[in-house]
Amino acid sequence: MSRAPTRHPGLNLGPSHQSADDAASVEVFGFWVFMMSDAVVFGLLFATYAVMVGRTAGGPGPSELYDLKSVFIETLALLTSSMTFGIGATMMKHGNRAGWLVFWLVASFALAALFLGFELHDFVDMVHKGGVPQRSGYLSAFWALVPLHGLHVTMACIWMGAILLQMAKYGLDDAVKTAVLRLGILWHFLDIVWIAIFTVVYVGGLA
Amino acid sequence: MWHALRLFLFGRLGLDNMPFDEILKAHDTTDLISGCIGTFAAALAVGGALVTLWLMTRYRLWGKFWSNWATSVDHKKIGIMYIALAWIMMLRALIEAAIMRGQQVAGYGGGGMLSGDHFGQLFSTHGTIMIFFMAMPFLTGLINFVVPMQIGARDVSFPTLNSVSLGLTVAGALLIMVSLVLQPFSTGGWSGYPPFTEARYNPGPGPDYWIWAVTLSSLGSTFTGMNFAVTIYKERAPGMKLMRMPLFTWTALCTAILMIFAMPPLTVATALLALDRYAGFHFFTNTAGGDMMNYANLFWLFGHPEVYILILPSFGVYSEVFSTFSGKTLYGYSSLVIATMCIAVLSFTVWVHHFFTMGQGADLNAAFGIATMLIGVPTGVKIYDWMLTMFRGRVRMTVPIVYGVGFLFLFCVGGMSGILLANPSIDYQVHNTLFLVAHFHNMLIPGLLFGLIAGYTMWFPKAFGFRLDDRWGYRAAWGWIIGFMMAFFPLYVLGLMGMPRRTVSFLEPAYLPWTIIALLGAFVVLFALFSLFMQLWVSIKNREALAVPVGDPWDGRSLEWSMSAPPPEYNFPVIPEVKGRDAFMTLKEAGDDLGEPEGGFKDITMPANSALGPFLCVTGTATAFGLVWYIWWLALLGAAASFLAVVLRGFARNTERTIPAAEVRRSWERWRDRAMSAPRVPRADELTDANRGHAVPAKQEIVA
Repeated sequence: MSRAPTRHPGLNLGPSHQSADDAASVEVFGFWVFMMSDAVVFGLLFATYAVMVGRTAGGPGPSELYDLKSVFIETLALLTSSMTFGIGATMMKHGNRAGWLVFWLVASFALAALFLGFELHDFVDMVHKGGVPQRSGYLSAFWALVPLHGLHVTMACIWMGAILLQMAKYGLDDAVKTAVLRLGILWHFLDIVWIAIFTVVYVGGLA
Repeated sequence: MWHALRLFLFGRLGLDNMPFDEILKAHDTTDLISGCIGTFAAALAVGGALVTLWLMTRYRLWGKFWSNWATSVDHKKIGIMYIALAWIMMLRALIEAAIMRGQQVAGYGGGGMLSGDHFGQLFSTHGTIMIFFMAMPFLTGLINFVVPMQIGARDVSFPTLNSVSLGLTVAGALLIMVSLVLQPFSTGGWSGYPPFTEARYNPGPGPDYWIWAVTLSSLGSTFTGMNFAVTIYKERAPGMKLMRMPLFTWTALCTAILMIFAMPPLTVATALLALDRYAGFHFFTNTAGGDMMNYANLFWLFGHPEVYILILPSFGVYSEVFSTFSGKTLYGYSSLVIATMCIAVLSFTVWVHHFFTMGQGADLNAAFGIATMLIGVPTGVKIYDWMLTMFRGRVRMTVPIVYGVGFLFLFCVGGMSGILLANPSIDYQVHNTLFLVAHFHNMLIPGLLFGLIAGYTMWFPKAFGFRLDDRWGYRAAWGWIIGFMMAFFPLYVLGLMGMPRRTVSFLEPAYLPWTIIALLGAFVVLFALFSLFMQLWVSIKNREALAVPVGDPWDGRSLEWSMSAPPPEYNFPVIPEVKGRDAFMTLKEAGDDLGEPEGGFKDITMPANSALGPFLCVTGTATAFGLVWYIWWLALLGAAASFLAVVLRGFARNTERTIPAAEVRRSWERWRDRAMSAPRVPRADELTDANRGHAVPAKQEIVA
């Protein structure tokens, strides 16, 4: 059995989705390029955090502010949502059935919402402990980096909502399929960024 | 009550932000003259805008403008609009430069014609405009217009995104034009260094204008970079392998890659500065653990690759100019490609040389100094390649090649002063003096600007179907070359004498003769710009005599010369099959340039117009304006509308339209008939009326 040519890195739809697969070769590649640019933004904010982490200016530091238990739950929720998203995209590729795709997308959405809920709770907790961004350089760096990731997750959820509405209107057409592929790249990318946040910001900050 | 309503509606915008405020509050004659200059400039901007609006209405051009230009996603039209924007902004920034030169003569002994703040605004807008709203739009415009045609594509990969990029750039430019009327702009220079630009020292709207204008344009450039990297990788015609691409496309690819990686640091720098200013964060403040060195690193992590974003496309233009006007294939193609890539990579390793004096250790400075000098090596390779391209070629001293030869000499001088500055111990002596100003203008004017104008002159006939008048072209070229030398060589001397940059007045009499020469140089440069506008005017009037409808006025080598001028919307009636470098020259020499395509004509699918770009231009301007003046309802409304528009765009289907094969055939036949009836001209007649854009290939001319 000969393998279908790989059009782009990541999940390829393959020849059974001919027209969507053709479109994906440009659109998904373009989105990868966009992600590279976004990765530079996050990379610079990580560097800023690394430089600023000691600059607490007499204010609260990581050990007073972070709650690792909550962060661990967030990590589980977000990583699991990556898995559910992956299942959904694979079912779209092989089954071409809208129903299961919707189910797994909604499951991913729910897990992302769980993540956001816990993260919001953490932020409120930090503010109560005096960990506001205006307090120190360290806190400025934290509040620029971690909420930016949360904002990305929020936007990804809104995008998912828009894709679901498009599906309701047009069915599982080519535009929806390539949009799911692109959203998938963003979704997994945000997981990787979160792993870096967990390691550098939380574990590294407490170390 | 009224006060609260005013605050809600207009934020912090008040009558004291009008340009004549400086006149009303003048303490001495300097303030008075300064205020008059500011008011006059604002009146010119408002007057220019009103006259344009009136003319558009008078001649009922709004409908045409909307459907043929504003909403067009055709890469050629977008390119032309970028370049039009660049000319308008250049006019303003060049006049500002001349006024500053005047102040550095009149300011001897104190006073003069500009107040310190006004002078500060002038050098800030001059730098910001020249980089972000003159050079970037100009090179982006050239890349837009030329690259898809050079690689045998019908459009870019993401045509609507392309129009959005333009919209965001125009929004930034609009904001900076508004700052001429609703003042003040930043006095923090084009690099906007904190802590000077922090809210504590600069609470006014100036730095906010700068932040949002730059942010809008850098977002636009990031998208442009992505678009062109993907286009060049994915949309090449069959057979157009990477190592067959014309050199301009190669430099465009490197610039696009640099934009993808180097614009985000700028976005991060301006965003963090905005957080400091708007929300009281402490990234770059003097207190609470802030550190402005983070800004210096972020900004120059963008700023240095930016230098190569600017210069590489011009290197590409020179490669095309030297080979086309020498009638030879480019010498050392592979070495030029490798040198371009080397420069692109090395550009990320030298940013610290912008702040050698800011406290890092000698070892680090030495490492970055050596890396900086290394960039001279691939650049030197290029200079030799260009000279060897001319060697034993049949060089025609047309306007583009006059710029090219001027560039070769002057750029070497600038490169030498760059090697001097790359040495940290010398940099300590001359940093922050006019020596530096002379150096980077020496790189940017002969390097970047001459290249862009040469490209504009070369490709103008392709875009509009008629050549540019060459008499005014020569005047402009010599004006630029001589004016540049007069205006900037004295600055080397002044820098070595110790005159600091950005000085509004001085007491040292030894400076004065040199600043006077520089001012005279500024007048010559203004004459050069005037010549360019005259050239355009004269050429439009004589467009019948200068017409080159067949589309190959210079005996071109790459695919963009293979089609009519102006080209059809879809560029290629049939996508060509590329067999080697100099794709069109090969076709011409084989006599296949007018042959009917073998596979016949097919229906062509093109992207449909989209209002998203102009819409985001308006909402982007509104959001930024609201943020600058604390008019929160406007900022929120603009941001929400932008967001909604982007989401709704995802629901659009049928974003394409089809041009039937019969129509493509008719248009091709019209062009072919016209070409058959136009005689092929030899290079000797290139600048005469006989040139209808139908060239004898150089080789065959020599045989005949």
